[in-house]
Amino acid sequence: MEKKELTCICCPKGCMITVMTDGKNIGEVKGYTCQRGRAYAEKEVLSPARILTSTVRVRGGVRPLTSVKTKTEIPKDRIRACMQEINGIVAEAPVGIGDVLLEDVAQTGVPIVATKAVQAL
Amino acid sequence: MTIEAYTIVVIGGGPAGLAAAIAARKAGIRDILILERDRELGGILNQCIHNGFGLHTFKEELTGPEYAGRFVAQAGELEIACELNTMVMEISRERVVTAMNREKGMFRIRAGAVILAMGCRERARGALNIPGYRPAGIFSAGTAQRLVNMEGYLPGRKAVILGSGDIGLIMARRMALEGAEVKAVAELMPYCGGLKRNIVQCLEDYGIPLKLCHTVVDIQGRERLEGVTLAQVDDKGKPIPGTEETYPCDTLLLSVGLIPENELSLDMGVELDEATSGPVVDESLETNIPGVFACGNVLHVHDLVDYVSEEAGRAGTNAAGFVKGRPGKDGRQQIPLIAGQGVRYTVPQRICVERMEPHLKVRFRVGAVVRDSYVSVYLNEKCIMHRKKTVMAPGEMEEVVLSRSVLETDPDLKSIAIKIEKE
Repeated sequence: MEKKELTCICCPKGCMITVMTDGKNIGEVKGYTCQRGRAYAEKEVLSPARILTSTVRVRGGVRPLTSVKTKTEIPKDRIRACMQEINGIVAEAPVGIGDVLLEDVAQTGVPIVATKAVQAL
Repeated sequence: MTIEAYTIVVIGGGPAGLAAAIAARKAGIRDILILERDRELGGILNQCIHNGFGLHTFKEELTGPEYAGRFVAQAGELEIACELNTMVMEISRERVVTAMNREKGMFRIRAGAVILAMGCRERARGALNIPGYRPAGIFSAGTAQRLVNMEGYLPGRKAVILGSGDIGLIMARRMALEGAEVKAVAELMPYCGGLKRNIVQCLEDYGIPLKLCHTVVDIQGRERLEGVTLAQVDDKGKPIPGTEETYPCDTLLLSVGLIPENELSLDMGVELDEATSGPVVDESLETNIPGVFACGNVLHVHDLVDYVSEEAGRAGTNAAGFVKGRPGKDGRQQIPLIAGQGVRYTVPQRICVERMEPHLKVRFRVGAVVRDSYVSVYLNEKCIMHRKKTVMAPGEMEEVVLSRSVLETDPDLKSIAIKIEKE
């Protein structure tokens, strides 16, 4: 197995974690200080994923944009594809926090939700 | 000019002002007014669309606007009054606030207590003495963030970022996501100014190089930025000849530090701390002027909004205590809290043991990256805490908790010092 060194991104502590892996299986994991960190380390080695945040244009609102996020994590290698689809969305005001603006972004099965309310003009 | 009266007036409606107002309301104060200069509440969180907020406060990961949204909603439910698009011009020592907006013109408010929550602003190019012309295309990272995330403009196509503060790292990713080519993030110091997680998820994920011990030594272009030259610096921060590299680009973002915005505080005679550039406060987050409290980034620049909310909540509760007649600080002994060896500053800077809660969180920053060191707390010469930390960095705020019962054991307490020790 090969040793991989990671910095945990779950919280601002930024724990240094080492993971033993052969690319398919996880061996010993060291350096994490919470269970989220351990889960992150395993996932980061086998199938890294991220929450993606961006903005979406709003028509008829008091602001030109709302901010959005992927409701859950998406595979890291799908970030570009997701950005392309997000950039194509135009939301109609009013927009509320949590509104689903796209059901399934770039075939990830993950919805795009608004993170900022924008009132109608 | 009309004079209104409010029990508590909060200057600034960002995360600190909102949390302070909410806490004061929950402590039983009915009439609270927030004065906010922007068009909406929420402050800088409105442009921080990335996730990672709220892990401490809400035990879940939120984006900036979502985090702000929860506090704005709560302030609304508690019927806390606010004036938007309102600029505070002056606060007198007697706590009369002079403000202006387009509807009311100039107006005055007499406040039982004032909570300073104005936040901070970015250090600009002028403070850095970067040589070269002054073409368009040079932005502070926060300005670029507002343009991209709130107004919908991309400031440029090819960018170099100077300074590795969190906003710089986050803007590196944001520009890359929106299709700009981010060539490098240069940092003068030998360590990153931002959080480690941001190096991973903002730079490494996007293949953006972080060039430590580097700075901008030349700016090219007259009308629009055409390129910047980076050079390596020695341990005194001086550029090393022969290490120059030129990057063609149309945008330079500066993420070179934040300065608490204390013009109002200075004008009213609030004592400031040279290390934090924020007010000197006591255990109640009260400044040297009775009834004037400070919290959030105007007090000292925080890395985490969760800590701002917590601190601001304490300021709000204490301001409520002040107007309800809690014992004041006049005539009581204030013990100085000293930033000893290896510590750049502490907040608070003074403690009145009699007024202190059973446990008091003291926040501090170290002056340089230290490994395998101890955080020690001394009462006069006596060590009462000696705790090992593997790594501490200036970019990450540290804390110790002082217990009132321990401080009370020493009747001759003259000073409390926090130091970083090798053993």
